[in-house]
Amino acid sequence: MGGALGLGFTAPWLLLGLLALPVVWLLLRAVPPTPLRRIFPPVVLLLGLTDESSQADRTPWWLLLIRLGALAALIAGFAGPVLNPRASEPGTRPLLILLDGTWADATDWPARLRRVEAALEEARQAARPVAVVTLVEPPPPGELPFLAADEWLRRLGGLRPRPWQPDPEAVGAWAAALGGSFDSLWLSDGLDRPGRAELLRVLQEAGSLIVAEGGLPLLGLREARYEEGGFVLEAVRSVASAAAAEVSVEAVGSDPAGRETVLARAPLRFAPGRAEAELRLELPLETGNRVSRFVLRGQRSAAAVRLADDSLKRRKVALVSGVTAREGLRLLSPSHYLRNALAPGAELIEATLGDSLLAGPDVIVLADVARLAPAEADALEQWVRAGGMLLRFAGPRLAASDVGRGREDPLMPVRLRVGGRSIGGAMSWGTPRSLRPFAEGSPFFGLPVPADVSVSAQVLAEPDPELARRVMAALDDGTPLVTRKRLGRGQVVLFHVTASAQWSTLPLSGLFVQMLERLVAAGPSDALAAQAPEGSDWVPVVVLDAFGTLRAASALAGVPGERLARAPLGAAMPPGLYEDEARARRLARNVLGPGDVLSPARWPETVRLEGLSGPAPTDLKPPLLVVALGLLLLDALAALWLGGRLRRLAGPLAGGLVLAVSLAALALSPAPVLAQGDSGAGSARRDALALEATTQTVLAHVLTGNAQVDRVARAGLRGLSDVLFARTSVEPAPPIGVDLERDELAFFPFLYWPVTPDQPTPSPEAYARLNRYLRSGGMILFDTRDGDVAGSGVSSPGGRRLQQLALPLDVPPLEPLPDDHVLTRSFYLLRDFPGRHASGKLWVEAAPPDVERAEGMPFRNLNDNVSPVVIGGNDWAAAWAVDRSGAAMFPVGRGRAGARQRELAYRFGVNLIMYVLTGNYKSDQVHVPALLERLGQ
Amino acid sequence: MSGGAVQLRGRAERLAGALPALLADAERLAATVLPGLHGRRRAGVGDEFWQYRPALPGDSSRMIDWRRSARSDSRFVREREWQAAQSVMLWVDSSAAMRFSSSRHLPRKDARARLLALATAVLLVRGGERVGLAGEQARPRQGTGQLAYLARVLAARGKASADAAGADDEYGLPDVSGLPNWSRALFLSDFLGDMERIAEALSAAARRGVRGALVQLLDPQEEAFPFEGRIVFESPSAVLRHETLQAGDLRMRYRERLARRKRELAGLARMSGWQYHCHHTDRPAATALLWIHAALERGR
Repeated sequence: MGGALGLGFTAPWLLLGLLALPVVWLLLRAVPPTPLRRIFPPVVLLLGLTDESSQADRTPWWLLLIRLGALAALIAGFAGPVLNPRASEPGTRPLLILLDGTWADATDWPARLRRVEAALEEARQAARPVAVVTLVEPPPPGELPFLAADEWLRRLGGLRPRPWQPDPEAVGAWAAALGGSFDSLWLSDGLDRPGRAELLRVLQEAGSLIVAEGGLPLLGLREARYEEGGFVLEAVRSVASAAAAEVSVEAVGSDPAGRETVLARAPLRFAPGRAEAELRLELPLETGNRVSRFVLRGQRSAAAVRLADDSLKRRKVALVSGVTAREGLRLLSPSHYLRNALAPGAELIEATLGDSLLAGPDVIVLADVARLAPAEADALEQWVRAGGMLLRFAGPRLAASDVGRGREDPLMPVRLRVGGRSIGGAMSWGTPRSLRPFAEGSPFFGLPVPADVSVSAQVLAEPDPELARRVMAALDDGTPLVTRKRLGRGQVVLFHVTASAQWSTLPLSGLFVQMLERLVAAGPSDALAAQAPEGSDWVPVVVLDAFGTLRAASALAGVPGERLARAPLGAAMPPGLYEDEARARRLARNVLGPGDVLSPARWPETVRLEGLSGPAPTDLKPPLLVVALGLLLLDALAALWLGGRLRRLAGPLAGGLVLAVSLAALALSPAPVLAQGDSGAGSARRDALALEATTQTVLAHVLTGNAQVDRVARAGLRGLSDVLFARTSVEPAPPIGVDLERDELAFFPFLYWPVTPDQPTPSPEAYARLNRYLRSGGMILFDTRDGDVAGSGVSSPGGRRLQQLALPLDVPPLEPLPDDHVLTRSFYLLRDFPGRHASGKLWVEAAPPDVERAEGMPFRNLNDNVSPVVIGGNDWAAAWAVDRSGAAMFPVGRGRAGARQRELAYRFGVNLIMYVLTGNYKSDQVHVPALLERLGQ
Repeated sequence: MSGGAVQLRGRAERLAGALPALLADAERLAATVLPGLHGRRRAGVGDEFWQYRPALPGDSSRMIDWRRSARSDSRFVREREWQAAQSVMLWVDSSAAMRFSSSRHLPRKDARARLLALATAVLLVRGGERVGLAGEQARPRQGTGQLAYLARVLAARGKASADAAGADDEYGLPDVSGLPNWSRALFLSDFLGDMERIAEALSAAARRGVRGALVQLLDPQEEAFPFEGRIVFESPSAVLRHETLQAGDLRMRYRERLARRKRELAGLARMSGWQYHCHHTDRPAATALLWIHAALERGR
């Protein structure tokens, strides 16, 4: 066994058969191919024709080659060739296969499993007992689960890496108690960690040791934090190679529709020779709030995932304003500007100071609040010292109070001078001041300063040695505009102007928003311990496995706060996102912490080191036999072809081939093709509809699915369109039937909806579209077509269906059409509104309760809106309906009275369309005199 | 009529339906006096009006057309056109050599021959001719009854040949024994048999005033000889065989011989006043029928 060039044979003597090949060649050449027998009637014409050469056709050389190739492949195949045969490891002692089993193994886990499998296979052949141990879950001290290799091969599928580090103590205890003699194979994850040297010593004492290591460099994200409007990501790698490396970082989160997607992607560059790299990722605040985790692309391990928790989320901001906002003076209220500036990126709490503190905000904004009750001030100071950010704005009250005068108030960044100043006012010489560009080191550095921001009044800071360091922004004459003071772990910031536009135009500018965003977002990232105090209880929401995949953590027990903050990750606390429901806070425990490094393991010279990806032995017998079989098949086909018999088979063969290809094509193609065709047709239909509906005014009716009703509705609208065309300046195009499920409604000013009892209920999407249509000024005429016998109640099937259909619609309160409604006079003066039936009432949107009839006028000043729905049951479409030749389709009433009724029906239609198109124009009092004259009053 | 006969007749009717009634040239039919649809362009026995002629002494008073005569002073006799039918004899080769087709997509030569024969018979009967089968018990007769009979005989022969291959001769020879004098004939065969005996049969027919057409039916493979390598060729009844080692080398010489055979046939036909046509079974049958139509009508 064994051979050079990585090729070995299990039965090499069979190769002697190859010597017979030349003989076979000669034999095959000597024998001519068998003659074909052919029926050929004109053989009589052939009689007497002699062959020009007496030499028979030889078997063609390529056919010989095919046959010899098949034979050679057979011989070589049965000789049992093996590529990369593994020299069997000596020793009959038990074998210990040791895996680290950490997240670092996850990147090349399949390769590790293959290596373990190969080792087990060898052990099985050598009948050695084997124990497979992972260090993240070591067996009890001293124990080695030796089993037959078969058993371990079966269990191999259950072996998984874990997303935490081995516990050095547990490993140490296990290793210290190990005894006996065995050989070891240690598949190391390539990282150095405490306790490794002792384990190595124990294993080397017990027997021979082979260490296998994967060659892949390990990468991990060790920190993600929010800093001044952007995310800062720190990554580490295990090998600080001289080459620069680049890896793509993805910010994953839900898109606005709630689907998980990659929100941003940026390259992270490792400088040559550096094992650490940093990336600043600027995202819009709103997008940044949706980031759920950062992932190193292409890295399949838990360390490459960084879960985002509350420290990366939008801030809770409490607005406390000294001025109670009065109705109507909203633009003068300071909190108005703050609210608008902060609302997109932060969660706002507006309450009293005491209540706000209870809500645990990240930032508290005091807008022109001067005096605080001593208890409140103490609580606030405590809160700031614990990491809160107090943002104060000046204002008349602050200027008038003595806060920060004389001595420094702990809740003011600077001492204030009495009075403050006013510049550019009527009684002063100066002009309003503008802003100086932000200095480097200021959190506002880099923000563009608009030229039109000016400050006309402010409170002034007392000169102080500390002052210069505390200034974050200044006016162009150097007076501080924004000052800041660190207080404990928190800070106090003062804007020396009001948060309203009273003292400066700053709140009116975009700069104000940007400044606030930077300030609010730059709240200090709290230490873990501070966020997870003792006694709190944290429940895992999602956990990471070693491969970096997220899993729901429904079955895991909660973790107390002190453990969450300090204890290392382990089976009881896997990396993941933990939630404290009481505080509504989420905290992530990630695999790597700030400051962690990935240091590669160093092995002493005495250890035999192997790679994971040693070429596995490959049995070449099956492929060779397949090749031989293929060659024999080819030979058979070639022989058939030479004999001309293939042509007879060609038809069926080609047919079969075509069938197979078309079947395959059918199996592969239909879905996309259909989908494409469908969407193409759909969009074409939509475009055609949009064009048709918007080039001219079009009346539309809802397709009910009942062919007769739809036909009548269409004919009715056609009749009405004709009448409109003849009598008014409205010149509608032929009416359109609208499918609620598919068609856009926005193009139609008016929808006629005949209600049939068997009508299908529209889908939620269709209702959404209908509601949008109604809100944006559309009108629907519901027609129960039953003469309103039930007063639109549920006692008629149509009425019942109407109630069901209209339930999800956004319909305002209705009332029976009042006598002075615009519909009665929008074109014709009408008293009632017959269709085919003349009895029914008409329901429209109710007028506001407080409208009064104007003095001496017969009409009230009614609402401005066009009623979004008109409901009745007079079957107007049937009265309007005309056939193609313009003749009425249905009889209405009797004789001349019937003709009059039809005329009134048309007049109602005209009034309705006029009402739809001109709104309440006719309810304008301007028309009243003319109308009165017409009415004969 | 058996099912096969119905089928054959139906296909033949379809094939013939596209052509106008076939009226055989009857210039040589002076001796055959049986009335038919052929106007003789002279007065005689028939149904169609030919001319009025002044009554001559000797015409019986029965012969005088009184209606015509009443319009003038002299008396007229109404003459009718002399009409006669012609006998057309069909001979269909049903030898073993005809039972061959090179591909299952092509009809066998004898099937095509029978189809053409019956289609011709349909045309002729529609034209009022008398049709018979040479060498058979089918004397020339008129009418659709004869068609049915012919169809039955031909279908039975096709069935027999399908059942018992090798029962007949290797190659067919035209049977001219039953041809009436001055009739017309249509021979459908591959004409691969002994050339001298074919020439004898044809001249014997010509001597009796029979004129007609030879249609040689060949399979496309027989024309192209698409063979290579070592092949043993056998005749359908396995009487004749020829082995070659290089079939490809024979191709040119075989084609030459086939062309010579065709030339000989054409020459033979020309000399005896016949017409010759070579039809391949991969061509539509209608082309051959058109040619037959034209050949039997030629000279009118």
